[in-house]
Amino acid sequence: MSPFEYAPAPESRAVVDIASSYGLFIGGEFVEATGGTPFKTVNPATEEVLAEVSEATDDDVDTAVRAARTAYTRVWSRMSGADRGKYLFRIARILQERAREFAVLETLDNGKPIKEARDVDLPLAAAHFFYHAGWADKLDHASLGPDPRPLGVVGQVIPWNFPLLMLSWKIAPALACGNTVVLKPAETTPLTALLFADVCRQADLPPGVVNIVTGAGATGQAIVDHPGIDKLAFTGSTAVGKMIARSIAGTRKKATLELGGKAANIIFDDAPIDQAVEGIVNGIFFNQGHVCCAGSRILVQENIAEELDHRLKRRLATLRVGDPMDKNTDVGAINSRKQLERIEEMVAVGEAEGAERWDSGCDLPTNGFWFRPTVFSGVSQTHRIAQEEIFGPVVSVLTFRTPAEAVAKANNTPYGLSAGIWTEKGSRILWMADQLRAGVVWANTFNKFDPSSPFGGYKESGYGREGGRHGLEAYVTTGGRG
Amino acid sequence: MSARVDVRKTYKLYIGGKFPRSESGRSYEVYAAPTGAAARRGSSSRPPTFLANAAQGSRKDARDAVVAARKAQPGWAAATAYNRGQVLYRVAEVMESRRAQLVQDVRNSEGVGAAQAEATVSAAIDRWVWYAGWSDKFTQVLGGLNPVAGPFFDISAPEATGVVAVLAPQASSLLGLVSVVAPVIVSGNTAVVLTSEERPLPAITLAECLATSDVPGGVVNIITGRTAEVTPWLASHRDVNAIDLTGAAGADGVDWGGLELAAADNLKRVRRPGGTGTEAVEPDFTATPDLSRLTAFLETKTVWHPKGR
Repeated sequence: MSPFEYAPAPESRAVVDIASSYGLFIGGEFVEATGGTPFKTVNPATEEVLAEVSEATDDDVDTAVRAARTAYTRVWSRMSGADRGKYLFRIARILQERAREFAVLETLDNGKPIKEARDVDLPLAAAHFFYHAGWADKLDHASLGPDPRPLGVVGQVIPWNFPLLMLSWKIAPALACGNTVVLKPAETTPLTALLFADVCRQADLPPGVVNIVTGAGATGQAIVDHPGIDKLAFTGSTAVGKMIARSIAGTRKKATLELGGKAANIIFDDAPIDQAVEGIVNGIFFNQGHVCCAGSRILVQENIAEELDHRLKRRLATLRVGDPMDKNTDVGAINSRKQLERIEEMVAVGEAEGAERWDSGCDLPTNGFWFRPTVFSGVSQTHRIAQEEIFGPVVSVLTFRTPAEAVAKANNTPYGLSAGIWTEKGSRILWMADQLRAGVVWANTFNKFDPSSPFGGYKESGYGREGGRHGLEAYVTTGGRG
Repeated sequence: MSARVDVRKTYKLYIGGKFPRSESGRSYEVYAAPTGAAARRGSSSRPPTFLANAAQGSRKDARDAVVAARKAQPGWAAATAYNRGQVLYRVAEVMESRRAQLVQDVRNSEGVGAAQAEATVSAAIDRWVWYAGWSDKFTQVLGGLNPVAGPFFDISAPEATGVVAVLAPQASSLLGLVSVVAPVIVSGNTAVVLTSEERPLPAITLAECLATSDVPGGVVNIITGRTAEVTPWLASHRDVNAIDLTGAAGADGVDWGGLELAAADNLKRVRRPGGTGTEAVEPDFTATPDLSRLTAFLETKTVWHPKGR
């Protein structure tokens, strides 16, 4: 038995109660979909069917938008900011109270390790509501421009990598600013959003302020195209983001898009090497690499490339890959068969293009969707694995000699979401941070998030910011002039 | 004694700090706007007054301008905010010294009387000074320290988005022009400006002010020509980061929705024209501006670093 083997420490799933089927949450109650093809959501770690979920049709989306409009005009836009804030404080507290239930449900539906759902997703989701609750009656002081007012009904479409956390990033600022929402969770991870409906019920949130419709791309498109939507907020792929930008061209709908990334994690030869290795592991293997801001390109200074390669692989051999419900698991299941196939395809491309593939060789469970932590070395900038988002536990290693070369390579991508810098030299950190065309720069750390810290990308990683004072700008109008 | 035959100016493009003709070799006739009673009637018994043959910019001219703007952008953005502020203030000084010419340009282009043209030029110069002063202030106003829940120094600051294509207003040929160009460049962006189609001459005079004001070549590039012909190439250009569609209002044959659609190919930041629905309306540029034209072309960068002993 290796010193890194642990006895199983499974989290109990008794705390969650999953219904066999779910309707749509519209106007404060669950209603049947008017048609559409119900679909199943599975536990990606076991392929067990968890529940059957409704597909919202165009008519259902229309009903949801009308419910949101009614709630907006009759209740939510007329309510004082202080009262809106109190509802958001209630939601934050309920999420804290039911954190364990939500964490377990998230892990079952998403496949992420329970320790991440428990220690990252849930605390941050509650914190987002708590933070924005306090803004609701202070918008006049947020430097948003004169007389900030809500936009109306907001359509929100969120991804499967951080289901509840993305819901909170979307709903909390929208409600704080006085908007009402129609939100669609991803088709592979709808359960925590549906459970959030129960949080709205417990908080006595007025009916129609939050509406949750489930479905896939067609449902999302129906939200985007609905004429009653004033603003769209989307997190997902750059390809879909561009489709949304095209769909709303020539209309007065506003949008914020938080899209893909291909972040460079830049390691200088004076970096604290063991911390840097931990930062690389956190950067790309956190949440199975299903992170838009993942550090999927390591740029390492040439003279320490060999040493880093050795230390990184030694560390990866100790990662525990497997049952997400085990409290010791580091890397859980890939979210879906489709995503697993995408990762396998990109890894095959990497090998075919001549990069050298290494993986940890760890055992994988027989059922479910799994991929071993994988490192490509000998990668050049033109390789697809250095250009395209893989969205899985796969990292490409490139080298550089000078800071200027590191900057040129880091910026050589249509994306611009995040970047990492590892060096002990303070002046170099600040110079690098200035040069990098990325919305979030982590220096001697990686993948840190906070509700008070604006997040979002440059270039084709999208536009708009979420979090902080900046995130409010997307949810108000100030009637800008001249 | 006969009147002196005056020396007339050739109006050309302004690209990369130089004044080239259109590579296409084309020009188009620019006429004075009708004045007074004729303007009110909407017709004139007299034939319109010929002003100039303006260069009719082409797709290639627009692309050359983008290349010049891209080349100039890193240096302009890296200049200190104080330096950018002084350079832009210098532009206002030169505009003031060319006041007589600007007044004449506005009178000719907009068909207004002397008093109104004087007021418009004053407002344009004052608007330029107002934006110049923002160069070393917007960063503090829009950025700041984020109180994150952990041992981290976390700071957000705005920075320029890059190369911005600007459709200058069709009617307000100087005040409107200044009001859309100054907020783009004050933060470190560089601009490719398509002038008012029918009223391009004040823009060329402004270019002469820029060229004599220490503004590095390529920071502002000015194309005269047919708006509907040139804008699609700017909207779809992959090396343009943002586009201001203000000048789509009242532009002949311009569909701003189509331009926004093309701009989505590389997710340009789009400033839509004024108005509601599909209608584009030119804003009232005499109103006091807010910061929205500045913020439309800024990115927010957030930097984290751990704290420790």
